[in-house]
Amino acid sequence: MAVAFDEMNGQGGAEIRQAYQELSRWLSETPPDALEYRRQEAELLFRRIGITFAVYGDAEAQERLIPFDVIPRILSAKEWTLLEKGLKQRVLALNMFLRDIYHGRDILRANIIPEDMIFQNPVFRPEMNGQDVPHDVYVHIAGIDIIRTDPENFIVLEDNARTPSGVSYMLENREIMMRLFPDLFARHRVAPVERYPDELLAALRSVAPRGAAAEPTVALMTPGIYNSAYYEHSFLADKLGIELVEGRDLIVKNDEVFMRTTEGLKRVDVIYRRVDDDFLDPLTFRPDSALGVPGLMSAYAAGNITLANAVGTGIADDKAIYSYMPDIVKFYLSEEPILKNVQTWRCREPQDLAYVLDHLDDLVVKEVHGSGGYGMLIGPAATKATIEAFRDKLKREPEGFIAQPTLALSTCPTCTEKGLAPRHVDLRPFVLTGSERVTIVPGGLTRVALKEGSLVVNSSQGGGTKDTWILDE
Amino acid sequence: MLSRTAENLYWLARYVERAEYLARTIDATLRVTALPAAYIGKTNEWDSALMTAGVGQSFYNHYQEANEANVVEYLSFASDNPSSIKNCIEAARLNARSVRTALTSEMWDTINAAWIELQAVWSKGTGNREDLAKFLRFVQETSLRFDGSAYRTMLRNDAYWFSRLGVHLERADNTARILDVKYHVLLPEEEHIGGPLDYYQWTSILRSVSALTAYHWVYRETLKPWLIADLLILNDTLPRSLASCYGNLVRNLDQIGVAYGRQGAAQRHARGIRNRLEHSHMDDIFQHGVHEFIQEFIADNSRLGEIITRQYLI
Repeated sequence: MAVAFDEMNGQGGAEIRQAYQELSRWLSETPPDALEYRRQEAELLFRRIGITFAVYGDAEAQERLIPFDVIPRILSAKEWTLLEKGLKQRVLALNMFLRDIYHGRDILRANIIPEDMIFQNPVFRPEMNGQDVPHDVYVHIAGIDIIRTDPENFIVLEDNARTPSGVSYMLENREIMMRLFPDLFARHRVAPVERYPDELLAALRSVAPRGAAAEPTVALMTPGIYNSAYYEHSFLADKLGIELVEGRDLIVKNDEVFMRTTEGLKRVDVIYRRVDDDFLDPLTFRPDSALGVPGLMSAYAAGNITLANAVGTGIADDKAIYSYMPDIVKFYLSEEPILKNVQTWRCREPQDLAYVLDHLDDLVVKEVHGSGGYGMLIGPAATKATIEAFRDKLKREPEGFIAQPTLALSTCPTCTEKGLAPRHVDLRPFVLTGSERVTIVPGGLTRVALKEGSLVVNSSQGGGTKDTWILDE
Repeated sequence: MLSRTAENLYWLARYVERAEYLARTIDATLRVTALPAAYIGKTNEWDSALMTAGVGQSFYNHYQEANEANVVEYLSFASDNPSSIKNCIEAARLNARSVRTALTSEMWDTINAAWIELQAVWSKGTGNREDLAKFLRFVQETSLRFDGSAYRTMLRNDAYWFSRLGVHLERADNTARILDVKYHVLLPEEEHIGGPLDYYQWTSILRSVSALTAYHWVYRETLKPWLIADLLILNDTLPRSLASCYGNLVRNLDQIGVAYGRQGAAQRHARGIRNRLEHSHMDDIFQHGVHEFIQEFIADNSRLGEIITRQYLI
């Protein structure tokens, strides 16, 4: 694999890139122990605030910290402008695609996507057929994972259109950085991210159902304290000033949704739900789910409640559908996609499968419905046995997989035990869609693979995070 | 506010209060058992400690003998004792985590920091008396810090009042339980044997509700059992007395009632208990039987807990 493009040092390392010049100067003035000391301080702060996440199947470390790297990842205003435009375009298309799939299905009739990919897909929700959602917004909150391999292009690795998480880290990382490095901030003009909660609340209120009060009531629904993202749920509810509810706090009466309060029942108009479709309503989805609210889907069908994100958005962030995103953008917007896709082989197609089987040691193979970095094969890093096991899986169920080239994700200087060293990063900006507009707070969550050479940035697999700076020039 | 939030705040406060009370009980028992046997008589103080903690029965399912090692272990660290200090702190943090949005950062920080700190104690244990004393002090300080940060930082709204209800209901229960177990040394007819034997029992009772100094300020007298009973039951200037707890419970419930524009069974029941305390005299109580009075109070108090739960928390 070629040497990766470094966000600070560029391709060859000859020259510090513009956005990083001040940081580079600052780094050369700052003794390494000072950095290490600040890193420890940051960790203490995170632990005190209780910013933890849970790793499933890891009883020992039920609450763990996501490692935080104190070296910021920086993008110039020009880079951000391009990225922002591309993200808005992409999310607009995602919403139009979802509206179409659950209504007229023009895109299927135009033969752009094969029908069975929709109808045979477990994340397609037949319950949503013909159902209108308030203001036609399906994906209110999108987390689009972006990678770079060169200075020119931003490439989408994955669209997260269900319940993307991580935004609390964007906000807390900034808080902690400003506390630890005031002088470094004084030397840069960093665009603030703190208005994200206000933007989110405004977006959520704007999509309240038509029957709602002038001041609609918004609540955040969590699976509860044992969920890996619980910290984020409570953090956001707090910042938004809305109730953090669990399924048992809600009750449906006459197709309206209420929360149980100390003063009796109170109507809810918008639910920012961080609970998967399957667990929303035991009457419609999994009957064994204790997390959901019986009757919620019926209130939804009656148009009395907005769910954000809508039910059935999984069909838009499916990894097999992903490969059609450039066509989806062109189909609905008649524009060229600004953000590129990673080249993707669909194993369901025989010639693609043949290619993939021949090149397993070079490719990354992902489960179509997987997430969190689980169940994927990274060819160049895998043992012979793992590759052979994957080969069998692929042959047995080719439609369950896609493959992509092993990309040299860009790197960013990161604190390691041996001092600063390049580590691979990605970026997840958060895109908000309300009834009137699409907004993106300048920034996002930069995830970093802390192990040398590793390309997996997921927190469940040893990834860390960095503060992301958009310079406001 | 969400019923579940109110419930969590209420229980959070109860667990913190209970942890502190257990720490005080162990502390007071350690002091009294350190005295030569001639001063404390034949009663097993560790057994009384279990009784005042309300875990007498469950203890003997696990242990043969109520001695220092066993009882300290059971009341402080035992995972299978639902009211051990460890489980109280764990439950307090669990409740705090569920209602983070309703807590001020100072309150969360107190509970979370204590929980982190105590992880080390759980894994190492307290090897000697000194470690144990440090641990007990830490638990009491945590409660003080928690209470103080609630007092100083919380908005005075229903969240605060529900949390206060938890404190006072639990506190009333704790004080009543000490009286329930120790009432026999407070009977006036035993005054004649008020030798050193009972004297140390009395100081121990006062110590476990942190009222030893208060006693002298209020009565300016040597320790008299009926005055101790008066202080703990009827004197509303002592924060841990039943009268004071009920003054507060009635006030907090009224505040909730006013804010919600509605009174209910909880307000009525609490006012009934408060009135009884207000109109009682120690003489009548002794005549009537202290033990009966206390047992009735414990039942009434736990009934108030049930009524509050029904009215607001579910």
